[in-house]
Amino acid sequence: MASPDDLTLASPSLYAARKGVYPKRIDGPFRRFKWLVMLVTLAIYYGTPWIRWDRGPYAPDQAVLVDLAHRRFYMFQIEIWPHEFYYVAGLLIMAGIGLFLVTSAVGRAWCGYACPQTVWTDLFQHVDRLIDGERNAQIRLANAPWTLGKVARRALKVAIYLTIAFWTGGAWIMYFADAPTLTHDFWTGQAAPVAYGTVAVLTATTFVLGGFMREQVCIYMCPWPRIQTAMMDEKSLMVTYKDWRGEPRGSTKKALAQPGAFGDCVDCNQCVAVCPTGIDIREGPQIGCITCALCIDACDHVMQQVGRPRGLIDYCTLEDVAAEKAGEAPRPVWKTLLHPRTLIYFGVWSAIGAAMLFSLGQRTRLDLAVQHERSPLYVQLSDGTIRNNYTLKVRNMETRPRRVAIGVSGLAGAELWTETGRRETATRRVELALAPDSVTRVRLFVAAPTTGPERQDFTIAARGLDGDPRGDSDIIQFDRPEEDE
Amino acid sequence: MVDQKRIDEATGTSTVGHEWDGIEELNTPLPRWWLWTFYLTIVWAIGYVILYPAWPMIHSATKGVLGWSSRGQLEQELDAQTARRAPTLNAIAATPIADLPTKPQLMQAAVQGGGAAFRVHCVQCHGSGGAGVKKLYPNLTDDDWLWGGDLATVQYTIANGIRNPDHAETRMSQMPAFGHDGILNPAQIADAVSFVRTLSKQEKPSASSARGGAIFAANCAVCHGPNGDGGRTVGAPKLNDAIWLYGGDRDSIAATITQPRNGVMPRWGNRLDPVTIKMLAAYVYSLGGGEKAPVLAATSAPAPTEAQPEGQGSNGKP
Repeated sequence: MASPDDLTLASPSLYAARKGVYPKRIDGPFRRFKWLVMLVTLAIYYGTPWIRWDRGPYAPDQAVLVDLAHRRFYMFQIEIWPHEFYYVAGLLIMAGIGLFLVTSAVGRAWCGYACPQTVWTDLFQHVDRLIDGERNAQIRLANAPWTLGKVARRALKVAIYLTIAFWTGGAWIMYFADAPTLTHDFWTGQAAPVAYGTVAVLTATTFVLGGFMREQVCIYMCPWPRIQTAMMDEKSLMVTYKDWRGEPRGSTKKALAQPGAFGDCVDCNQCVAVCPTGIDIREGPQIGCITCALCIDACDHVMQQVGRPRGLIDYCTLEDVAAEKAGEAPRPVWKTLLHPRTLIYFGVWSAIGAAMLFSLGQRTRLDLAVQHERSPLYVQLSDGTIRNNYTLKVRNMETRPRRVAIGVSGLAGAELWTETGRRETATRRVELALAPDSVTRVRLFVAAPTTGPERQDFTIAARGLDGDPRGDSDIIQFDRPEEDE
Repeated sequence: MVDQKRIDEATGTSTVGHEWDGIEELNTPLPRWWLWTFYLTIVWAIGYVILYPAWPMIHSATKGVLGWSSRGQLEQELDAQTARRAPTLNAIAATPIADLPTKPQLMQAAVQGGGAAFRVHCVQCHGSGGAGVKKLYPNLTDDDWLWGGDLATVQYTIANGIRNPDHAETRMSQMPAFGHDGILNPAQIADAVSFVRTLSKQEKPSASSARGGAIFAANCAVCHGPNGDGGRTVGAPKLNDAIWLYGGDRDSIAATITQPRNGVMPRWGNRLDPVTIKMLAAYVYSLGGGEKAPVLAATSAPAPTEAQPEGQGSNGKP
């Protein structure tokens, strides 16, 4: 089914091979900022599990620990139990709104500086430059035939890639177990299979995504760039080539020959050469631009050399673009940052944070959950009194053993005993010894006279007997036989 | 549709050739690694088909060279669980049942295991929570026991059952059918009912209960005791408390005297292993009415050993 158009249109290939990206080394304020961010983020990532934090003898001394095996999450002085997962959910919501805030204020700053894909790609590109040399040498080597020297260089590079990838995976598992113990166990073959599996998977993904996929992840795989475009507006910062100033492009020689005929862009292609995703920013905003601003550094450098003002490529908002085109002065940066949308995002973000901090400060570390046993609802005892059974879950969320008293109120003539106690010695309260940082499950027998309402609400309360008297209580039913029985 | 392929100016890419309300689609080439990912999934699928059950055949699917099956995996997991439980079960087997409560962890395990067995073998009569069925099966959660509520006694009762005619060690007793067999006439039975109801303070003493007292002393006290305290050696219920297995109103008591039920329970000693029976006893004990073992040498309740209570029986027979 040949279409006549086939004669005029080159039939497009169904598949496109990746074009190699060999970013050139550059120095400048944004590059230095990127170095700083890389240093801080990698230090946090690799270093955090090794920070110690003393919690006494009954809890781990790792500052940040996601203890999946024991269902605990430790973060410095905060310990989170599974039923308090809303704190984690709150953190995730804050992270989400934080991203909205950052995006609406400074555009794709997350992509450009802090995203792990960006940081690790940056790291791997430094390895490329270290082993293969500068951009031109890298391109030459890529096109060179497979000589022994090339094989050796490639092998060395892959080895370094794999080492970085392995340490990346190795650092990840340290968040889930005691880091020194796990390191020892890992190297002596005693760690859990899931530890080795996790390291293997993360080594593979880091190796593939950081070593080879790189900008393809941002362009084809990541949903975030596409979501972000919905969050940006005319007040969000973007890396912008000021085409009204730069066009038409011409070299300095041409400009000297025909003064006034050319714009500021000298068409030196430095902005393309330094781009870690291999795009040409002069084509306008595009999905491949992670706004890392390295092209700003490169262009400023060139502008300085040719004696023209900096900022031919610069962070601009769409409003700035319109203003500058109209010959007005752009708004100062702090004014662009403080627009209603960012202020609302910031308000919501800090409100959630403040609410979480407040509730963290208020929470009691003794929790009682009572369940009324329903089979049977009540038991008639031989002396005519009625007994109801309850299952109590008493959570001692402090990292020390505790003594608590369980008592009832609102149930006349009630007697309490546990499965290890006896009715003969029952009183109106029982004492429990709670192990540190644990849930104690107790069956509580409550007997009360048969006279009374068929269904009666009363309160079971747990109260600390050792210093902190705060506790928790639950309102629960007491059932009696129906009258006609 | 008319083919309207053209080169898009902004991107230099060809359009697909169709258009909806001015919206056109670019024929952007797929990244080549995506194609390789697709090939990889094909290779994966081939490997999967070779290794695992895949093609449905007439009787079953192809087996796969690994020989994996979900049933086999289940068996493996069950074996692993059995192996994991073995130390606990052995420890329970090695512990005399009266000592179980002194070892809280073992006791807890026994209660759990007994609960599981209870839900299979016992709930049909005694109910899912052990509360029994009114006027049919005894409630195991209260503090009233026909044959005794300490661990060893409960264990013996479970192992040997109640009123199993084919088993020598079974709990055995028989209340005469006073009315049905003509031992007492209806008026006498009514008097006896009056007396029994004064024992549990449901009625005030009356002329009828006074006459009933004599009848009770002559016919009932031998098993139920002169004050209606019951007799555990023969499983004679207490008559002076608030708990009535077959009902405590006049009609129910009269019916019981006329034609007693003499309820039966299967013996489990020949169906369940001794550890399961021990755990069942622990579970029943834990339901709320468990009694301490008698301090004195038990004359009424036998002291069954772990494996087979056979030949130990000194339990009351009629």
